[in-house]
Amino acid sequence: MMKAYLSVFRLRINMGLQYRAAALAGIATQFFFGFMFVMIFQAFYAHSVSTPPMTLAAVITYTWLKQAFLAFIMLWFRDNELFGLITSGNIAYEMCRPSDIYGLWYAKLLATRLSSALLRCFPILLITLILPRPYRLELPADLLTFVLFIAVLLVGLLMIVAISMLIYISVFVTMSPSGSIMLFAIFGEFLSGLIIPVPLMPGWMQHIVNALPFHWTADFPFRVFTGDLSKSEALVGLAAQAAWLIGLVALGKILMNKALRRVVVQGG
Amino acid sequence: MITVEGISKTFLVAKREPGLKHAVKSLFHREYTAVEALQDISFLIAPGEIVGYIGPNGAGKSTTIKVMSGILVPDRGSCTIKGFTPWLDRVNYVKHIGVVFGQRSQLWWDVPVIDSFELLRDIYNVPQAEYKKTLTLLVETLDLGSIMNTPVRQLSLGQRMRCEIAASLLHSPSILFLDEPTIGLDAVSKIAVRHFIKEINKEKGVTVILTTHDMNDIEALADRILLIGKGTLLYDGSVSGLRSRFGTRRTITADYHENTKPLEIPGASLLSWTPERAIISVDTEQVMISEAITSLSSQVELLDVTIDTQPIEDIIVQMYKEYEI
Amino acid sequence: MKLYFKYMLMLLRSEMQYRGSFLLMTFCQCLTPFVTFAGVYFMFERFGELKGWSFYEVALCFAVTQVAFSFTECFARGFDVFSSLVVSGNFDRLLVRPRSTVVQVLGSRFEFARIGRLLLSAGVLVWAASQIEASWTPLKVVALVLMVVSGVVIFTGIFILAAAISFWTVQGLEVANIFTDGGREMIQYPLNIYHKWVKRFFTFIIPFACVNYLPLLYILGRDGADHPLYALLPLIGIVFIAPCLLVWRIGVRHYRSTGS
Repeated sequence: MMKAYLSVFRLRINMGLQYRAAALAGIATQFFFGFMFVMIFQAFYAHSVSTPPMTLAAVITYTWLKQAFLAFIMLWFRDNELFGLITSGNIAYEMCRPSDIYGLWYAKLLATRLSSALLRCFPILLITLILPRPYRLELPADLLTFVLFIAVLLVGLLMIVAISMLIYISVFVTMSPSGSIMLFAIFGEFLSGLIIPVPLMPGWMQHIVNALPFHWTADFPFRVFTGDLSKSEALVGLAAQAAWLIGLVALGKILMNKALRRVVVQGG
Repeated sequence: MITVEGISKTFLVAKREPGLKHAVKSLFHREYTAVEALQDISFLIAPGEIVGYIGPNGAGKSTTIKVMSGILVPDRGSCTIKGFTPWLDRVNYVKHIGVVFGQRSQLWWDVPVIDSFELLRDIYNVPQAEYKKTLTLLVETLDLGSIMNTPVRQLSLGQRMRCEIAASLLHSPSILFLDEPTIGLDAVSKIAVRHFIKEINKEKGVTVILTTHDMNDIEALADRILLIGKGTLLYDGSVSGLRSRFGTRRTITADYHENTKPLEIPGASLLSWTPERAIISVDTEQVMISEAITSLSSQVELLDVTIDTQPIEDIIVQMYKEYEI
Repeated sequence: MKLYFKYMLMLLRSEMQYRGSFLLMTFCQCLTPFVTFAGVYFMFERFGELKGWSFYEVALCFAVTQVAFSFTECFARGFDVFSSLVVSGNFDRLLVRPRSTVVQVLGSRFEFARIGRLLLSAGVLVWAASQIEASWTPLKVVALVLMVVSGVVIFTGIFILAAAISFWTVQGLEVANIFTDGGREMIQYPLNIYHKWVKRFFTFIIPFACVNYLPLLYILGRDGADHPLYALLPLIGIVFIAPCLLVWRIGVRHYRSTGS
């Protein structure tokens, strides 16, 4: 079982590594957008009437992390192969395989994100670390914070894949891959704090955001990194992430089984 | 009248080698290999001819078609078709030609066939009366009546190819380029397509230039073939001419009473041999068939003899071998 | 032009074959600028102002940009997805038809669902225009209309440029996003909030400032930009299409000599 997942995994990483030009282009694009966001935040901070709940330095670091780990946190990723399987009804073949479909697809999506992030995050992180202030990416205060960041980032990644599995499952109903992705991605992007960091939102909005899983995938890890959240908050958050992850995977499996049963009844 | 004279075309293909080091290097400096796709190709085609253009994959067939249809500009040489140089006055020239790429569709996937046709009418600016007339004729001869209102995605491959051909004839071109028109079709559809090509050639005098890998297409349609290999024109002439020049081999299958002694026929080669049957290949330029049979009957007691001419398919394979392409 | 509408009608008919999906997409498309705009709104709620610009002023800037961009995406989408036409070899098909390649590529694709986005942005535009502290004169209205028109032309030009890259290479085309999506994001805000070099780039290389920032100053009567010529600046932006079309022509010529 594990072996099947691993080989799906390795195949994806190899494929991702082949598209070097795409990776270079991606890095350049991320830099451009990063600088733009930083400049916009700078402009807002320049004449602030009250003291904002996050320092400019923290917001800038947040922005660079967002650009570097985009592949970990975006909901826009699409795997046309999987969509094709669903909309064409060829999913029936997939069901002949001995492995559980949820697990296989999960591994495939996870691998795509990992390979794409591996190629793109290091150059961005390295360069932003040596940029002149105030553009620099500021490292966390101590090693423990950094370790915690890695932990919550990875659990966040597992969560985002679980959420994107829900997108794929929703296509069974909507039969419109682009529609499903957009619906999730547009709200997800905002609710994860990718448009503006959660602390900068008004109070009532923050309540909504905190009640939903999205912010655990991006806003939370990044604020652990910047020290905006304390270590104890990070640990509590890690537990919350784990609970969400279990819930999302369980939900996904239940919905998937339901959807597949329907496919079988309809005869594909 | 189509005149092609001394057309040459060289492509530069970037060298790609595996490995990260090379990938980085190639970002700054790329090495190219020159591939000569066409070398000094010349031929004449008279109005109303059907010409089969054949050769193995990568020989330069589609490059020639692309040059002749104005898509590609050659490095050297001249080409005059209906008084135009295809690549110089593209917009005016292409009004006179129809092109079918067998592997790609020119019809809009999600709408009924008739809608695609009407858009093509507008693209080519065909007057309504003339369009009506051409369409009626095409629908009749290609038997499209029942599928005109079906979206293209629901058509079978054979139906689609018939529509593709009709689509490229809506503006009544006098020259039709067909790039593998029968690829992937079943036997019935192939015959229908061939029949139709023959028909419009006869009725409307359309000059047809077709590339294909199916030699039956050639035998059924073409008066003349052009054989291209490695970018050079190797043969230009009739199918029967090809046969007399290359198809000089005959296969003799002989059945006889049991005979364990090996056969020996001068000038012929034994393809297979059992104590009851032998299959022999004879080159008629070296040995006459009658001589071979005489020699045979002197060695065994013959029961039955059949003589087969080589299928054109084999001739082509043989030619490919001979020219090392 | 007539042909272009024919293409449009045809593709609309195709799209209507999948009505449910189309309606969902239209709805989603109108959400995209909505959440971005919500972000802008929240930032103003938190910070009060942006280097002296009020919320409604920035909203106007945002709306002009979004209207122009979504209009372009709706009608010039063919250039946006052009690389697939080259990769699949279907560009050859366009070359054997007796029409200009630009018209045919334009007609190859329409993204009607973007109308959702267009409508929402247009709503914001009208709303912001009615809320800003400016005395509207006929010339200012003309300026506003010209801003949108010229914005469409510049975005189309950028799409054409980006598409022309595929004549040489189809790898790493993501870079073109810097100028399409990136350009849009940038000029959603008044250009003077950025560094000088950004402002210069978007004034002299890609003349976005002429369609957005400078006429906006005139409409708002800011920074001494009260000369009526400011209202006509967007016309300069329209000139930008010329070099883009030239590059396209060079690209087509390159394609026809290499067949790549």
